[in-house]
Amino acid sequence: MDAKEVIARRVAQEVREGMLVNLGIGLPSMVANFVPDDMHVFFQAENGVIGLGQRPPDGMEDRDLTDAGGGFVTAVPGAASIDSAMSFGLIRGGHLDMTVLGGLQVDEKGHLANWMVPGKMVPGMGGAMDLVSGARRVIVAMVHAAKGDPKIVPECTLPLTALRRVSLIVTEMAVIEPTDEGLALRERGPGVAVDDILAATAARLIVPDEVPEMVLA
Amino acid sequence: MKRALKPAEAAEMIPEGAVLLIGGFMGVGSPHRLIDALVARGVGGFTVVANDTARPGKDIGKLIDARLVAKCIVSHIGLNPETQRQMIAGDLEVELVPQGTLVERIRAGGVGLGGVLTATGLGTVVAEGKPTVEVDGKTYLLEKPIRGDFALIGARQCDYVGNLEYTLTAHNFNPVMAMAADTVIAEPHHVMPVGMIPPDAVKTPGVLVDHILERLI
Repeated sequence: MDAKEVIARRVAQEVREGMLVNLGIGLPSMVANFVPDDMHVFFQAENGVIGLGQRPPDGMEDRDLTDAGGGFVTAVPGAASIDSAMSFGLIRGGHLDMTVLGGLQVDEKGHLANWMVPGKMVPGMGGAMDLVSGARRVIVAMVHAAKGDPKIVPECTLPLTALRRVSLIVTEMAVIEPTDEGLALRERGPGVAVDDILAATAARLIVPDEVPEMVLA
Repeated sequence: MKRALKPAEAAEMIPEGAVLLIGGFMGVGSPHRLIDALVARGVGGFTVVANDTARPGKDIGKLIDARLVAKCIVSHIGLNPETQRQMIAGDLEVELVPQGTLVERIRAGGVGLGGVLTATGLGTVVAEGKPTVEVDGKTYLLEKPIRGDFALIGARQCDYVGNLEYTLTAHNFNPVMAMAADTVIAEPHHVMPVGMIPPDAVKTPGVLVDHILERLI
């Protein structure tokens, strides 16, 4: 199982019956593949649909039904199409139960930086700042380090996405929960030792005596 | 009843330097024939307010390629390297706005509100130079309204009085933008006789629409 699949499978366990969930593009979008088929969940794409479905069969794509990454999608029975004001009203107004987003850095305060690298990458924040400010739960799904450089750091050096503390950080090595006291290590990745996690993390971690291994179905 | 315009006639109405609100999300729901007519006419210096600048050679990206845009106010340019190139070269001014804030600023412009108070962007580069307002102990950023000289709206269908119906993820910014410009030009896929669009399905009342583009042949 590669790193991204470990992350997606673990994040999928955070999804509960009846939730409205927004998945970011890239790795976060893989989470939908691991949510049980019989669980009733609506996925929102912020460009305008509640009830996002799978990719359509070849030749059945409709150019007016896409996800926020511009890819062709379907809509599930019970879906609703909405405009951008309604879509972000849901996000900002506390109606969105959970969002899963990628990350460039997360720090000891639980602050997320995920939208630009000055001098290198200025894509624009899209909906990320609204999602992090407004969603009830914000889950960061990212690989633990970028080419050996820790992404979980004492303080973000990249521009922040929001001042709001994220709810949970899930990597292939660890599940970490930002708390009032700091970053609490909750779980280890499959076959990963606590020392490996500490070595790959620049931020201070609060490590309990027992750190259970992720249970992946 | 309104007279249907040819795309070139509509483009002729739009003077150099106009502020254009253009619907669409990565081209989905954009007024494609109006964009082509503006490129063919070649008058520019526009300020474009839109979710994004699509991709090079596509949709709003065509206006960027043709160098008809002096400034854009958008949430995302990550999929258009040409926009980024012109921005870095100093040929194109880009104001990046969080997506939910952008739609709400346009909505404020369209419904006569003096601005938007939002937590989105607090503590980030978005907040630089902007006043904050405290309401019941919570801090918000004051974001100003946006209005356009023209709104260029893509719709699924339209009737002879200009009532507009949208489809699926092609709603996005269109219904909000149709309220926020001095002159509103709608480009529908289909033009229907009055009565064919049920009143409950109308998302933009025809009273807001000044001009209709002729049907797509």
